[in-house]
Amino acid sequence: MHKRSNEPVFWSLFGAGGVVAALLMPALVFVTGIAGPLGLLGDGALSYERVLGFVGSVFGKLFLILVISLTFWHACHRIYHSSHDLGIRVRRGRLALLFYGFAAFGTVLTVIVVAGIG
Amino acid sequence: MTRRKPYVRSMDRWWLRNSFFTRYMIREATSVFLGLYTIVLLIGLVALSLGEASYERWLATMAHPAFIGFHIVVLAAACYHTYTWFGVSPKAMPSVRIGNAPLTPALIIRGQYLALAIITLVVLVAVASGET
Repeated sequence: MHKRSNEPVFWSLFGAGGVVAALLMPALVFVTGIAGPLGLLGDGALSYERVLGFVGSVFGKLFLILVISLTFWHACHRIYHSSHDLGIRVRRGRLALLFYGFAAFGTVLTVIVVAGIG
Repeated sequence: MTRRKPYVRSMDRWWLRNSFFTRYMIREATSVFLGLYTIVLLIGLVALSLGEASYERWLATMAHPAFIGFHIVVLAAACYHTYTWFGVSPKAMPSVRIGNAPLTPALIIRGQYLALAIITLVVLVAVASGET
């Protein structure tokens, strides 16, 4: 019997994360990492009440869970495959467990944290 | 015991041997920065869930020059990821025809940049327009 590969599942998550990151990350990084903390978007753009309101909404929750978890799957898949190109000599199965395990852990943690807000 | 000493080409810094390899590795490396950024963002959400004081502490930490510098690097990596992702997606997607005309790679790439521009504008306006 031919053993089915699990690669299509991970590649799909990688691909979905790649699309989400390509379309959203430039804006998101600029807002939460540069303009927001520096106050370039007006006072209180990232105030506690405002961000709490966003994360408390259904749209905000879905948005954050999708963006964060898919980016985790995207990054972990890519780093896992690139580690081979860097000549890292660890058994592949162990590396896969480490990286995909991290992505799975990040997904669960994001869902728990985001669902509990608001 | 064997006395053969087969030649094994070194993997030492192979990605610097030509610019194609270097660009490939930079593209792969963008994922490290995207992953690190996502961790920082998730920590911010954990801080938010713990209350106002911890969230304000996280926001103040983000204003530290080291974190601003980190995010500038992440922004550059994110833009490079976007550029490379848009570039390969015509090759990754099935061929599409609109009526009788094929959807050309150039059109697909332009369409993606249009989507990026709209999404970026919507996010910036939504964040900046709040008065609360």
